[in-house]
Amino acid sequence: MRSNVTDYSLIAPATLTAALQTLASDPTLTPIAGGTELMVALSAGRLPQKRLLSINHLKELRFISVTPETITLGSGTTFTDIRGHAGIASDFPLLAQAASWTGSIANQNRGTLGGNIVNASPAADSPPALLAYDADLTLISAAGTRTMPYRPFHLGYKKTALAPGELLHSITIPRKFAAYRAYTRKVGTRNAQAISKVALACLALVTDGPDNPGIRQIQDIRIGAASLREFPTRCTATEQAILNHPILRETLPATIAAARAALATEARPIDDIRSTARYRAAVAGNLLEEFLHSLQGAS
Amino acid sequence: MSAITLTVNGQRTTVNAAPMKRLLDVLREDLHLTGAKEGCGEGECGSCSVLMDGGDGQAELVNSCLIPILQAEGTCITTIEGLEHGHNLDPIQQCFLEKGGAQCGICTPGMILATHHLLDKYPQPTLAQIQEGLAGNLCRCTGYMRIFDAVQQAATKSG
Repeated sequence: MRSNVTDYSLIAPATLTAALQTLASDPTLTPIAGGTELMVALSAGRLPQKRLLSINHLKELRFISVTPETITLGSGTTFTDIRGHAGIASDFPLLAQAASWTGSIANQNRGTLGGNIVNASPAADSPPALLAYDADLTLISAAGTRTMPYRPFHLGYKKTALAPGELLHSITIPRKFAAYRAYTRKVGTRNAQAISKVALACLALVTDGPDNPGIRQIQDIRIGAASLREFPTRCTATEQAILNHPILRETLPATIAAARAALATEARPIDDIRSTARYRAAVAGNLLEEFLHSLQGAS
Repeated sequence: MSAITLTVNGQRTTVNAAPMKRLLDVLREDLHLTGAKEGCGEGECGSCSVLMDGGDGQAELVNSCLIPILQAEGTCITTIEGLEHGHNLDPIQQCFLEKGGAQCGICTPGMILATHHLLDKYPQPTLAQIQEGLAGNLCRCTGYMRIFDAVQQAATKSG
């Protein structure tokens, strides 16, 4: 049943400072940016938060800044902003790709990177890429700012490290992955704007091993996953299982088997409206195999 | 209730509404502009699509069912009613008519505004760009082929 909108309040302080002060005086307010999540719940009559704080108009949260070492995206950066940024397309193809398959064009025009993270859906599109790229988060409140790695930000299903009165300010990614192979694939019901059943975003540095000149091996590997756990996850056991493995046609089947076995130990997919645990586990293994096969080509 | 001022189809207007009232409902109920339709009410079908310019001169395609009216304060909105020029149809509307791109009509206003947004970005879009640009607008009648034909004809006419 439709919500009665007169039961809801919404305020929009003019500046970030004013918004943080408002949030400090009442930390129970729920921030709303592009509305592509909360307004869906409102229309369906299932938005429990009745008092909201609009942050969509805050220009202080909508920026992309590039230094030689890092790129920083304000939490209010839309997926359209990300898709239109040449530096992201060249340095962070996993993020550019994730932005391009986050909802439709209309939703990309409104949906924000910060909202995608803070909403904390296990199926969210951008987190696997941000996990693979070792993103840091800057959180801001009236009391100041703090920076933390993105990986420990998710604490449980829809639970995050965001403290009362805090907003996600920005996301910073180091520009150190130019030499890495990038692989990402999202499996959903259809190509356009479906929510993922399972998705992987992977990076691997494949170079000659120090002990075996002429034999390429996995020097570094990062695997971010959606819909395999109760929150977006780095598959560290899988990474560890195949780190330093050579990339040779003869040994690849053993590497794939080791990766699949490790993934099975750390993936905890569930049955839900979009898919089954069994399907998710099988497809995640297949994506992992596809990624490892892709490392065979010329570097 | 809040007094919210916005520009709709070139006309500045002030509405008194609950701040979380959806832009779609303000357009239809307060301003009696019933071109934008409610299909799914969750941003999937695109039948409520309108163009929204937040002040930077860029008219963005948005789902009006997902926008609280307070977030439309000071914006310029274009609905399907604002697209015609006097009593003449916009070339995109004319092409949808000529190519049979509209059947039951529920998706049509959104399709046409999505096409408008697409042709702003890509005046001569490829078929893949058309398909992506309209992927957020569902049509259960046409099978889409006639819609793609209409968009291609509109691109040719304006190009």
